[in-house]
Amino acid sequence: MFEDPVLNVLPFAVLLLPLGGFIVLALFGDWIKKDEEEQGACWLACATVVSAFALAVFTTVRLYGLASGAEGLRFSQPYLGFEWIAVGSFRVPINLLIDPLSSVMMLVVSGISAVIHVYSVGYMAHDEDKVRFFSYMNLFVFFMLLLVMGGSLPLLFVGWEGVGLCSYLLIGFWYRKDSASAAGLKAFVVNRIGDAGLILGMIFIFHAFGSLDLVDIADNAGALAPEALWQWGPVTIACLLLFLGAIGKSAQIPLHVWLPDAMEGPTPVSALIHAATMVTAGVYLVARLGPLFHQSETAMLVVAVTGAVTALMAGTIAIVQTDIKRVLAYSTVSQLGFMFLAAGMGAFGVAVFHLYTHAFFKALLFLGSGSVIHAMSGEQDMRRMGGLRKKVPWTYVTFLIGTLAIAGIPPLAGFFSKDEILLSALHNPTLFGIALFTALLTAAYMARLLFLTFFGEFRGGHDAEHHLHESPWSMLVPLVLLALGSIGAGFLKVPHVVQSVFRLPEPHLPHVAWLPAVATLTGVVGILIAWYLYLAMPELRGSLAQPLRPALRVFAAKYFFDHVYDGFVRHVVIGGSDRLLWKRVDEGVIDGAVNGAGSLTRAFAETLRPVQTGFVRHYVLLVLAGAVAVVYYLLASAERLAP
Amino acid sequence: MDQVLFYAAAALALVSALVVIGQKNPIYSAFGLIVTLCSLSVIFGLLGSPFIAALQVIVYAGAIMVLFLFVLMLLNVRSEQDAPGRGGRTLGAIAVALVALLVAQAGAVLVRAEPGPAPAFDASTQRMAEILFSPQFLYVFEATSILILAALVGAIALAKKDF
Amino acid sequence: MDHPSFVHHAVLLSLALFGLGTLGVFLRRNVITVLMSIELMLNGANLAFVAFSRAAGTLDGQVLVFFVMVVAAAEAAVGLAIVIALHRHKDTLDIDAFNVMKG
Repeated sequence: MFEDPVLNVLPFAVLLLPLGGFIVLALFGDWIKKDEEEQGACWLACATVVSAFALAVFTTVRLYGLASGAEGLRFSQPYLGFEWIAVGSFRVPINLLIDPLSSVMMLVVSGISAVIHVYSVGYMAHDEDKVRFFSYMNLFVFFMLLLVMGGSLPLLFVGWEGVGLCSYLLIGFWYRKDSASAAGLKAFVVNRIGDAGLILGMIFIFHAFGSLDLVDIADNAGALAPEALWQWGPVTIACLLLFLGAIGKSAQIPLHVWLPDAMEGPTPVSALIHAATMVTAGVYLVARLGPLFHQSETAMLVVAVTGAVTALMAGTIAIVQTDIKRVLAYSTVSQLGFMFLAAGMGAFGVAVFHLYTHAFFKALLFLGSGSVIHAMSGEQDMRRMGGLRKKVPWTYVTFLIGTLAIAGIPPLAGFFSKDEILLSALHNPTLFGIALFTALLTAAYMARLLFLTFFGEFRGGHDAEHHLHESPWSMLVPLVLLALGSIGAGFLKVPHVVQSVFRLPEPHLPHVAWLPAVATLTGVVGILIAWYLYLAMPELRGSLAQPLRPALRVFAAKYFFDHVYDGFVRHVVIGGSDRLLWKRVDEGVIDGAVNGAGSLTRAFAETLRPVQTGFVRHYVLLVLAGAVAVVYYLLASAERLAP
Repeated sequence: MDQVLFYAAAALALVSALVVIGQKNPIYSAFGLIVTLCSLSVIFGLLGSPFIAALQVIVYAGAIMVLFLFVLMLLNVRSEQDAPGRGGRTLGAIAVALVALLVAQAGAVLVRAEPGPAPAFDASTQRMAEILFSPQFLYVFEATSILILAALVGAIALAKKDF
Repeated sequence: MDHPSFVHHAVLLSLALFGLGTLGVFLRRNVITVLMSIELMLNGANLAFVAFSRAAGTLDGQVLVFFVMVVAAAEAAVGLAIVIALHRHKDTLDIDAFNVMKG
């Protein structure tokens, strides 16, 4: 709370600008659309997000001039006479929390969103439903900012559900395409499973702390008794339930199945929601509640193992994908696994660091792929591309930077964060080995993507080659900006900046001189393998594929997750509902009870029917008999009471 | 003098009540009922209730009975058939038996009850007005006016030729 | 007028009127006469109220009589309207003719 009213309102302004954009577009979109190019709506959406970013920067700078900045600042609701929820001791005011962690998230979200909004103006130029697209995008930015700035778990949850809604709306944006609306539905349903865990986790937390305020939780978590491995105390259960929410949102095994399908949405959506921001909400949640997770060894181990396994599995699947966006989608799943691995190792700051660098280069890669798809007039299959580097030079250069960044080549952003993740996993040789191997896979599949797309000969046919064109400036400027971010982002020491949020001493990581060299080498080797297999000696690929066939088949089938879920839903859920719940429970018990009530009433009525003779006299006699009985009773009791 | 008046009025009421239920021509019944009502009014007066006595004549013997006669004239009712309706005698006997039971029980209570000194009693029109317009009964009183209005509208709707 | 036996005899008279009214309801076939018998029963009840009010020395019974009269007026108005409607449909006032509503 500040004397300066302007300062107190500032974070709310950041939050409400995109919401205002959404409301204006949703209500008056058709009216704005009337102008000739329909560009007014697009630029309005961009303006709100860009100004939100500007305000976010201003807020951060202003607040960190204040002495108390590092501990986190609570912003109470301005000018409201009521709290959002006030039920007994359960009180939820509309509070925002600005601390180093939410500042980093706020800047990443609003910054990347601003860039992608500008990109979308070019990308969606030929779509007839631009207004709807931009209004959803603005709504998404609002909810995402609410998620990262909300001062209590319920507010975070509102943002959490809101981004889920926007994700659903935007995946199914081209709703006339069956696969798109099915993918939206899938994302929504799978996320619900995780959200149930999140709600239950919140209940546990309220039980333990009597508050859902994030600062209260962080301050008091250290006082809880730590729970050892496989000790199922309330903290462990709460953390595992919250983590269920996190794996749903962040597409970790076994709830990762929705993210690759989410690529049905427009590419800017994939870049913004399904790579840079929304899917990292799970990582943000774990990091935000880091002090709590730190009290439970079991939860930390589960987080780390889930992250490592997801990273490895998604990396292997990415190797065999042929759709350019699906490679990137599995790559996102894999990188999110890296973040959870770091968080599970106790290095929450490192997880946030990787989240932050990943946002830059993954958004860059997605936008680059969007630019390629734009150039290819909608073609997404890499087998029909090739040799594009001369046709779309700007896209190529920026894409190359993104690839090198994600592969961990110094001094690009990915190198620093990946190096720190490997360092934090060093004391567990198994997980370190998985992480290192996944880093190799990452470099390999990204290089494969690069080589298939931009090198070699064009394989798409003569017509498509004729149409190849570089994207408009509104798409290239964002690419360049993100490329600059991918180069420079790693130099900001995020783990150090956000450490105070976790109320933990900064983990003392040993200075291992050989690790950066090994990490770099891994990236280079991965790229070289791809170079050999796809450019230098393509014939080697066939002979290598022969002995690896069973493994490749498993990768191509995505480890059969979809088959298992499909079988489960088809046979257990639908079959069980059909045979047991419908035929037995519903028709037998429930319908039986309803019909039984009906026939019982009917039987009673049949018995009593003759009483209604239709002759007034009979009714009068009955009424009279009743009246006499009452008066007789009164008189009799009067007599009894008489002395 | 009061006693003579009381028993004369009571006897008149009983006789005219017999006329009400004994006559086949409903016009005679109606006149019998008017006599009953008027003699009851006398008894009300003797029991110290001038307000009720006046209402009995004005509302009952006046308004309600005029309504009955009006309907009788309107429908041009002839005398009814000779025998009482289906099961009328049997049911009537049962009903009389029931009421007789009541009379016996009430008589037993009344006989045993010591006629105590009559309490002070003021049922003047002014007292009645004070009670009717006191908060205790005011809303009920107002509700009856709505009831009357509803009955009025209902009666018009029911009696209309084409609805 | 203060004779206590007035109250006793008035109660007995009220029972007699009520009984006669009841008998009329059962024996008569003309709907209008049945309605008049009901008025007779109501007057029996009214008389009992007035008598008990006199005996108890309170005015509550009198107030009740007032409301009974109001309700009786409403009942007579609606009842007679129904009689007119019934007569129009069936061209009779025989109460036994109206027995369509039976179970």
